[in-house]
Amino acid sequence: MSEFKNTVLEEFKDVWVFCEQRQGVLMPTDFELISEGRKLADELGVRLYGLLLGDKVEGLARELAGYGADEIIVCEHPLLKDYTTDAYAKVICDMVVERKPEALLVGATNIGRDLAPRCAARLHTGLCADCTHLDVDMGIYKDFLREASTLPEEKIAGLGSAIVLGKPHDVSRDLKMTRPAFGGHLMASIICPRFRPCMATVRPGVMKKAPFDQKRADSAVISKPAVRLAASDIRTQVLETVKEARKLVDLTGAEVIVSVGRGISKDIQGGIKLAEELADVLHGVVGSSRACVDAGWITADHQVGQTGKTVRPRVYIALGISGAIQHQAGMSDSECIIAVNKNENAPIFEIADYGIVGDLFKVTPMLIEEFKKAMENK
Amino acid sequence: MDFVLSKEHEMLRKMYREFAENEVKPLAQEIDEEERFPMETVKKMARLGMMGTYFPREYGGAGADPLAYVMCVEELAKVCGTTAVIVSAHTSLCAAPIFENGTEEQKMKYLPKLCSGEWIGAFGLTEPGAGTDAQGQQTTAVLEGDHYVLNGSKCFITNGNVADVFIIIAVTGTATDKRGRKVKEISAFIVERTFPGFSQGKHEKKMGIRGSSTCDLIFEDCIVPKENLLGKVGDGFKIAMKTLDGGRIGIAAQALGLGEGAVEEAIKYTRERVQFGKRISQFQNTQFQLADMHTRMQAAQYLVYAAAMKKEEHARNSKVSYSMDAAMAKLFAAEAASDVTRRAVQLFGGYGYTREYPVERMMRDAKITEIYEGTSEVQKMVIASNLGVK
Amino acid sequence: MKIIVCVKQVPDTSGKVAVNPDGTLNRASMQTITNPDDKNAIEAALKLKDETGCRVTAVTMGPPPAEGMLRELIAMGCDDAVLISGREFGGSDTFATSQIIAAGINAIGLEQDDIVFCGRQAIDGDTAQVGPQIAEKLNIPQVSYVADIKKEGNEIVVKRMLEDGYMTVKVQTPCLLTCIKELNEPRYMSVGGIVDAYSKPMQVFDYPRLKDDPLIEADTIGLAGSPTNILTSFTPPQKGAGMMLEGADRAACEKLADILVGKHII
Repeated sequence: MSEFKNTVLEEFKDVWVFCEQRQGVLMPTDFELISEGRKLADELGVRLYGLLLGDKVEGLARELAGYGADEIIVCEHPLLKDYTTDAYAKVICDMVVERKPEALLVGATNIGRDLAPRCAARLHTGLCADCTHLDVDMGIYKDFLREASTLPEEKIAGLGSAIVLGKPHDVSRDLKMTRPAFGGHLMASIICPRFRPCMATVRPGVMKKAPFDQKRADSAVISKPAVRLAASDIRTQVLETVKEARKLVDLTGAEVIVSVGRGISKDIQGGIKLAEELADVLHGVVGSSRACVDAGWITADHQVGQTGKTVRPRVYIALGISGAIQHQAGMSDSECIIAVNKNENAPIFEIADYGIVGDLFKVTPMLIEEFKKAMENK
Repeated sequence: MDFVLSKEHEMLRKMYREFAENEVKPLAQEIDEEERFPMETVKKMARLGMMGTYFPREYGGAGADPLAYVMCVEELAKVCGTTAVIVSAHTSLCAAPIFENGTEEQKMKYLPKLCSGEWIGAFGLTEPGAGTDAQGQQTTAVLEGDHYVLNGSKCFITNGNVADVFIIIAVTGTATDKRGRKVKEISAFIVERTFPGFSQGKHEKKMGIRGSSTCDLIFEDCIVPKENLLGKVGDGFKIAMKTLDGGRIGIAAQALGLGEGAVEEAIKYTRERVQFGKRISQFQNTQFQLADMHTRMQAAQYLVYAAAMKKEEHARNSKVSYSMDAAMAKLFAAEAASDVTRRAVQLFGGYGYTREYPVERMMRDAKITEIYEGTSEVQKMVIASNLGVK
Repeated sequence: MKIIVCVKQVPDTSGKVAVNPDGTLNRASMQTITNPDDKNAIEAALKLKDETGCRVTAVTMGPPPAEGMLRELIAMGCDDAVLISGREFGGSDTFATSQIIAAGINAIGLEQDDIVFCGRQAIDGDTAQVGPQIAEKLNIPQVSYVADIKKEGNEIVVKRMLEDGYMTVKVQTPCLLTCIKELNEPRYMSVGGIVDAYSKPMQVFDYPRLKDDPLIEADTIGLAGSPTNILTSFTPPQKGAGMMLEGADRAACEKLADILVGKHII
């Protein structure tokens, strides 16, 4: 890889999206990233490629293209059937070295976050993790900052270059990759000014999926380059892939989440039951704070927060959750936050849209009845 | 004088605190209400070396010092007085006298099992007719061939229901004191629960430390092998008094932790609770109360730590006595804990009187520290006697 | 066999997160802790040590005070520790960091049956990148998101979590595994471990110690060796104040239900 000169930036062009499939099924992030990639390719005036790896996956290509790709590069090989870091990283790096894209987007799934850093390290380039916003065009980026930051206007207006290794560097053609840190208390826009491709993993569920365009799906180029891969390239062996049999709590896709916290301690089972009833009324699911998981009151798949799931439901109801920063990190983007807590100074009230100071064991039964009535009368 | 803790002691504090917060605090209310001995916690503590903190490695101990032990009891007591006294009675009243007075065989036989928590230890001195007055002992031990036969009973024995090994003080005959008076000859024995003739009597229902077991022990022709005599015949009183000197440091540490725990709870609560449109921490009465409470506990901490360090010095140089230091530490810490926990309840108001908050439990737990292992009055006798005021 | 565990000291974000006026994190005002996932990695290594008697070495890159964290990990049961520390290493992004840590692991020496453990990700950056990047720099296989580890002879079989299930993966050694919290419950330090913590060996690898490793070049470490740069950092605007419903009674609940229906939220 050492002969790969990736500091000659002008040799690199086009935006690529790694399209993840599992057992022949595309991931929802693929469509989000193709849609977002289209936007970026247009801002750069280049083509958008989807990069699809697998065994006998060509049939998935047109559907991907329908969300905005000009071309889908299909890399097929029996050894790509199951995901292995070694095989996938080799094929992707080979393709990048050969075709030189300027940006490569990868969904920040458990697989994407395994694959992308390995590739970035091999390609000697920068990678920004778990991005929630991407821009190239400075005007659009500045508008984004005006809306999403507390930066003063003069600072935003003056943006245009960065000091890179002591010299000013024009950032107008750089991909500006914005990501939260410390659970969204801080945001940072990262650039990769000296190396190509610029790489980002993108948080699932954040980018908007474009409408499917049949014409684009039909007209896109599907290419199938040769894949150089041998069994000896792969040092891991997938013995089995199991779809979790137990019912996973689908927190990330839920429209309504009713979460419980330490406040249920005086009657754990009763508290969880109330949350389940309330969730049932609103057709939602039950979540929890880390405290409840750590105490063994509820299984880890319920956990919302920095070390649990990041959720953005329409309605998030926090019962007896104080709202530590880690918890807020996972739910503060919810459209409507309702908090019930005995302690009126609980931090959860600082981000709640509606708050009730009271004992959840007294308030929740009334909420269940009132919501039930309201839902029936709608 | 060095008031800075070593890096190791700071690290121990952090570890004890994490353990207490995560493993002990969540059970504190439950074991109090159910009067349940937290055996699961004992097993966890044993794995971490907390059941044999300051005994040497060759006996299965963790190899730390008495200060490390005191900090352990203190941090446990901040969240649960019961758990603290289990460790204190086990360590100070059973493992310590074996370590300090036992033969090599006795130490090798008992200490590894006590330090590993496989066995729990207890101490039997108090009898219905002999509490503070140890000379009032009625339990007898008579040598018959290769064993002693014990008869009598002991009461208020901490860890009594669960202990496997007991240090038992009994009368083995009569002796003549320095002034030529006939006195009881008192000896100490290591008694295992499984010895024939050993049984336990009624379980006390207590005001505080309700998860700790307290019960009577009954000896009916209880057979104790001769080799289980601890120290020499007639050493019993001395062993008992020295054991209590050490035990008092443990109880002082328990009192210290209870008081500090109450201060922490009160600070947290008064910062949250609003009355008359203000947080109650904004009222000067609250501020002065908390300043006073914290100061008393800080003073107690100095006394308790100083006693622990004196005990460590004693281990190196037996001429150094820590008897008065232990008595002062216990006297002051116990009274401070009783006072501070009571004031904490007052600051909590009505909520403080409910079991929803831990301060009422702390107040009930604190009271016993003024009573057991020598009442406050006995501590004053010890201190006065050390001052030569007779 | 030996295990090298890569750990990071991070600000404790369980309290309030303090942000400087310029939008950077006010680290000075926050306590530091061992990164939670890294503690799971330590526990995984110590479990294997309990089973096999292998040696466990904790490695971190950070300023000199990070020694305190390493001593705590020794008190949990690690045999020794390495602190990679030097001004030359400052300002490194994940690429440069992995370059330096990989050089540190080379200096310790990675043998055929060794394993490197990392936590899944650090709570201050949440990138989850350094583990895989170290593996790449060491040219060893990796498995990330590991929730169960079995050592069967010379093979390691792990459960690798996916969002919707898991994979069972067999991996050759030497390899790198990144651990998630479902893997285990980290043990506490022990009293005996703390007593010995400061007498166990701890090496400091500074720049001169590592500079001859091919991974360490002026343009592969520190700020100059970091492909990424921060263009701007900022704090998001506060959400408008919410509405507190007076009284925890039925009227309040009814009012809330009405509002939510009225706004088509439910």
